[in-house]
Amino acid sequence: MDAEAIVKELRGTYGTGKTKSYEWRVSQLKALLKIGENHEKEIAAALYSDLSKPELEAFIHEISMMKTACKLALKELKRWMKPEKVKTSLTSFPSSAEIVPEPLGVVLVISAWNYPFLLSLDPVIGAIAAGNAVVLKPSEIAPATSSVLAKLLGQYMDVSSIRVVEGAVPETTALLEQKWDKIFYTGNGKVGRIVLAAAAKHLTPVVLELGGKSPVVVDSNIDYKIAVRRIIAGKWGCNNGQACISPDYIITTKENVPKLLDAMKQELEKFYGKDPLKSGDLSRIVNANHFQRLSKLLDDNKVVDKVVHGGQRDENNLKISPTILLDVPEDSLIMKEEIFGPLLPIITVNKVEDSIQFINAREKPLAAYLFTSNKKLEEEFVMNISAGGLLINDTTLQVALSTLPFGGVGESGMGSCHGKFSFDSFSHKKAVLRRSFAGDVPARYPPYTTGKARFLKALLNGDIIGLIRALIGW
Amino acid sequence: MNGIEEDVLSELTTTFRSGRTRSVAWRKAQLQAILKLLDENEEEIFEALKQDLGKHPVESYRDEVGVVRKSATNALRCVEKWMAPQKAPIPLVLFPARGAVVSEPLGVVLIFVSWNFPISLTLDPAIGAISAGNTIVLKPSELAPKCSAVLANTIPRYLDPEAIKVVEGGQDVSEQLLQLKWDKIFFTGSPRVGRLIMSAAAKHLTPVTLELGGKCPTILDTLSSSYDLQVAVKRIAGGKWGPCNGQACIGIDYVLVETQFAPVLIELLEKIIKTFYGENLKTLGNLARIVNKHHFDRVHNLLKDPKVAASVVYGGSVDEENMVIEPTILLNPPLDADIMTEEIFGPLLPIITLNNIEESIQFINSRPKPLAIYAFTKNDSLKEKILQETSSGSLTFNDAMIQFICDTLPFGGVGQSGYGRYHGKFSFDTFSHEKAVLHRSLLIELESRYPPWNNFKMEFVRLAYDYDYLGLILLLLGLRGIFRTNRRQ
Repeated sequence: MDAEAIVKELRGTYGTGKTKSYEWRVSQLKALLKIGENHEKEIAAALYSDLSKPELEAFIHEISMMKTACKLALKELKRWMKPEKVKTSLTSFPSSAEIVPEPLGVVLVISAWNYPFLLSLDPVIGAIAAGNAVVLKPSEIAPATSSVLAKLLGQYMDVSSIRVVEGAVPETTALLEQKWDKIFYTGNGKVGRIVLAAAAKHLTPVVLELGGKSPVVVDSNIDYKIAVRRIIAGKWGCNNGQACISPDYIITTKENVPKLLDAMKQELEKFYGKDPLKSGDLSRIVNANHFQRLSKLLDDNKVVDKVVHGGQRDENNLKISPTILLDVPEDSLIMKEEIFGPLLPIITVNKVEDSIQFINAREKPLAAYLFTSNKKLEEEFVMNISAGGLLINDTTLQVALSTLPFGGVGESGMGSCHGKFSFDSFSHKKAVLRRSFAGDVPARYPPYTTGKARFLKALLNGDIIGLIRALIGW
Repeated sequence: MNGIEEDVLSELTTTFRSGRTRSVAWRKAQLQAILKLLDENEEEIFEALKQDLGKHPVESYRDEVGVVRKSATNALRCVEKWMAPQKAPIPLVLFPARGAVVSEPLGVVLIFVSWNFPISLTLDPAIGAISAGNTIVLKPSELAPKCSAVLANTIPRYLDPEAIKVVEGGQDVSEQLLQLKWDKIFFTGSPRVGRLIMSAAAKHLTPVTLELGGKCPTILDTLSSSYDLQVAVKRIAGGKWGPCNGQACIGIDYVLVETQFAPVLIELLEKIIKTFYGENLKTLGNLARIVNKHHFDRVHNLLKDPKVAASVVYGGSVDEENMVIEPTILLNPPLDADIMTEEIFGPLLPIITLNNIEESIQFINSRPKPLAIYAFTKNDSLKEKILQETSSGSLTFNDAMIQFICDTLPFGGVGQSGYGRYHGKFSFDTFSHEKAVLHRSLLIELESRYPPWNNFKMEFVRLAYDYDYLGLILLLLGLRGIFRTNRRQ
């Protein structure tokens, strides 16, 4: 791979203006949609090979989400591209103003291994919709999906403007040395910092979709069964916890624990059977490295006696069963880093309100969840918890809504995507002001006098009376 | 031992955590205090601007005090509206639910100011940061020391001193500040320092807004009406020597005209320079001076290149003692000379001639994206072509600079001219995090969301994603197989 040559070629294409046309954007979005429609089995098989991802999860979370995003972009594209007229003030009268979205140029998308199909193509949809040329670098940790993407995009897309570059660290490094007009990175904070530092050399704006320890606060007086099912769906039902918006830990009161635990054990068994290591409805751990990492969290001396459910591991098949830990110390490894796997610690507090302080004492997460029927607590949670997104009485569903921006804050990242937010992330909003030659105001120009000063004051303050007074010399 | 910078950060963090900067009342009180500060210290500010940059009070009002007053008044009027959560529509599948985007403050933000508009470039972003409910460190430029001192003296007296701090100093102080973790850095200045800011911010994953500059071109079409031409040339002169004598990020850097039109333009410019600023270097008025010796030498050096010197058609004299450089016009200086490869940021105006004005598009596109493009023309198809085919922070037809005071337009660059934007609501957004909030109820539960997975659930989810409600009902009634369309498979 010659990163420099690829960027040069794409710049050449971008320079012709081809990617700016509405027709080109539509044709490429339609081509992506076709990939989703014609190759569902192949994509699901790749996801199975990379992650043992259950077919339905592959369909719901990856293929279908990608198709929905494509369809939305196709439906809304004309509206998104349309310049937005804005009001002008007395100061610049007579004039008209508009904000015109324009593509940024040649952009780089670096995606992650956990949702290797969706997280590759979702940003690409935004980049195409906004009229950019794109290089996609899928994750080498999900090799089957990476190669399916390379093959299918090569086959369906306009390769003079859209490229897939496969590879690992050396390839990514070579790509990051190039000058891009935007970099969209999904992954972790460590690499996020490297991406930002590389971007700084070229003043390239960056979107970072990172993760963090997303908490779930569980109040009393709720339907535990429903709450627990929704927590399970967001934790183990999302790639077995290997998702950036998966619940990382639960905070609840001491009194709630027995009921909550009972409900979890019951529902987990209903979902995944008595031996979850054998369940076909759970993804595996992506690779041996991550299996080791998760094992280390479990083997930490501070938590070995805290496991209250699960804990089974099958190293050969890289499986770890849904595991719940109770009252782990705050300084244990599992509470210091993002878990990104099937382990779920429960932290207990005296009052449920204390959870707000607990969360705020840590880095801002990508998501925070609350189960409650108490409106006051809900309001307090919304006002006081800073996170990428908040979801009350459910988990992970916020990603399915194209009308909500998806993106982090602080350690969970910067910039946002989904729906129009993706389009905006890959667009420059150009300010356009149209003036006529009429209505020239001499007060703008020297030689400066006190009369001009008074006139300008009135003009900038939008003070019409003052303006008239200055004009007639009062 | 902690440095002063750490102490400032920790105090501002404590204030932010107390939550008081989040209230509407606090935000409005601070905005009002800015207005009061300007009202009660106008003369002092004018004097500081005169000493630092030789700005005339009218210019100081137009580009600094007036601009800030206007922003603060606008923010006061709009801040509650900006703060209101935006409702987000929800698809029926998720019923019952409600979604909203809630703007929340980022936390403790750092604002670096440049020396050319030392008052407005401090207070204008600060208005955004205040409106959004942040605590703030303002770092004025040490190259405009009088203004820096005025800000450091007045701000603590008018604004909440536990939430908004001025930290004065030079490069060492800036470097100390950059070591710390901020929730946002807003920087106005050069691309070179912009890169340093961004690299420092990368360590803490801090989002950055970079307001840089670039060589802002002006396209001047051959205008047939002499009135139009008069107005255009006045506006060009105003856009070049008006704002801080060319030391402005959106000031005109060079003009593109058709060859046969250049003599007309030069003649008119000469006349206007004489009317606006006078002829004699010693008695030039209404012009800011060059900020300091370093910049004086930099701009002077641009002229010293023999080929460049040979292209001077008006002006060119300098007064080293008073750091004044005459408004200077150059005709076709070599394109590879520093004057055409670097941002001029001073009172030199190169005129570049083209055979056909449409060539200006290619000329501009072969250079880094500027912060602003100005185009004087009555030709609508040329306007459209410029709009569609060039890229810049902003594009203004038939005027210069004035886009800066239009609050409804975003102000900010693209590519080498920076990223992020401000003014009006954009300032508020720049200092806010747009938090997605979704409220669900625990009432209705769809079994199909949960494993163990089976074919029914697969079909259900497919239909739900397509928002195919009829299909969903049929499926639930067990009739889906009978009415199945051949849309899929």
